[in-house]
Amino acid sequence: MEERIVIAGFGGQGIMALGQLLTFAGMTEDKNVSWLPSYGPEMRGGTANCNVIISTEAVGSPVVTESTSVIVMNRPSLDKFENTIVPGGRLFINSSLVDRESTRDDIEVYYIPANEIANQLGNSRVANMVMLGAFLEVTNVVEKSTILEKAFTAVFGENRAHLLPINKEALERGAQVVQEQKVSL
Amino acid sequence: MAKVLMKGNEAIGAAAIQAGCRYFFGYPITPQSELPEYMARELPKVGGVFLQAESEIAAINMVYGAAGAGARVMTSSSSPGISLKQEGISYLAGAELPCLIVNIMRGGPGLGSIQPSQTDYFQATRGGGNGDYRLVVYAPANIQEMVDLIIEGFDVADQYRNPVMILGDGMIGQMMEPVEFKTPKKRELPEKDWATTGTGGKRKPNIINSLYIAPEDLEAHNIRLQAKYQKIREKEVKVESYKIEDADVVISAYGTTSRIAKTAIAKLEKEGYKVGLIRPITLWPYPYDEFKKINPNCKGILTVEMNAGQMVDDVKIAVEGKFPVHFYGRMGGMVPTPEAIIEKVKKICGGEI
Repeated sequence: MEERIVIAGFGGQGIMALGQLLTFAGMTEDKNVSWLPSYGPEMRGGTANCNVIISTEAVGSPVVTESTSVIVMNRPSLDKFENTIVPGGRLFINSSLVDRESTRDDIEVYYIPANEIANQLGNSRVANMVMLGAFLEVTNVVEKSTILEKAFTAVFGENRAHLLPINKEALERGAQVVQEQKVSL
Repeated sequence: MAKVLMKGNEAIGAAAIQAGCRYFFGYPITPQSELPEYMARELPKVGGVFLQAESEIAAINMVYGAAGAGARVMTSSSSPGISLKQEGISYLAGAELPCLIVNIMRGGPGLGSIQPSQTDYFQATRGGGNGDYRLVVYAPANIQEMVDLIIEGFDVADQYRNPVMILGDGMIGQMMEPVEFKTPKKRELPEKDWATTGTGGKRKPNIINSLYIAPEDLEAHNIRLQAKYQKIREKEVKVESYKIEDADVVISAYGTTSRIAKTAIAKLEKEGYKVGLIRPITLWPYPYDEFKKINPNCKGILTVEMNAGQMVDDVKIAVEGKFPVHFYGRMGGMVPTPEAIIEKVKKICGGEI
């Protein structure tokens, strides 16, 4: 098993944190992992992406060139990474901010209105967790419980533990959205 | 101890502190600034000193001072900053002072870019400063190996009284991987009876110096240095090799690039190709002898680097003209893809190049 994941969006959308949650959870579940951020003269509002590999084998190149899953939080990220996905791979689109559909017909595509759901929950900053919930529901790369019980405080710190309930809800809402889409597929 | 998930730059700092390093002198530069940041936060907690110098030149000379006093000390920078430190590095080598220097390389020449690169291979292995000197140069391929080499590197520096360099790139500095801080094998280290720690009125002053006015004295000093370097060549080579005895093509790559090569090799194996790998872990001393074990019918060596082919010189020295030496690389902060390496290997196998 090797999941090669690209997570991309605007700086400030929690792209790096989302990747770190997955990476930490993968490590906790005794898998081989790597997390590689794009870095540059970029800041809030600019583009941001990270590459995460979770594998039962040793991780070779930490750079993801042929992705198995792509999570995009904005339109430029869809344009940039849509074609890196291997046939049969998965694409998760934040349909709140992306105004077009995927042009690929050889991959699974899921549309998640992550910002709308996050706003309904009362905190727009959990949009990344909605996307993560959708991703985990489809791929089962790591357990949701590992994310919530172990990775969350490790990545965000103990002083964010009070935000766990809303993040848990965000994960669940993301999962629901793709469950409905899976039925209609 | 359990595994922790750490960013490369922070893991360097944690490893150094575990190795007993208590002094850090540096000046921030992307893509290694998390390291001085980590040291600024963590060194005071263990009674150490972090000092942001006014320049790279000042920082390396502070390293000279602390090393001369017998302390475990390190500095770090990225390519243009390491260029500024070259004078001090030459002085450290001349005065035989142990220290650890970290170079998290970025694109060059000049100010270049902040993206990953391996463009300082020549500078690190040939000496960017003046004089006949050598650094022990380690090129870790993952964060665990980097941590282990830093801990061992401080010992190697003390054992030989020589500066040691960790040569990484922006990718290994910025990425996160699980790492375990193991208790390292301790080397038998000589007493630092040469350090300027105060005579206490009981001995003659120790002098830390790289100036020898009389040519006879300087020649004798150089002969001693060369004998030391020879000993390091004999004892300290580190290399990883993979299936080179029956390979049709052998890739040679170091650091993060070697991981991209491994991904390419795994794919090529699935298609039936026999591809080996020689991954120098020490870039100096270079693992020349390892290349003697390569399948005599091997069709060629492919050197892969993030530069214009700097290690090709060493690979050519190593193969002694027995195999054609090819090169694939990207420059300026671009990273080679496994797919491009695969294409090149197939061309060598097919006799196209």
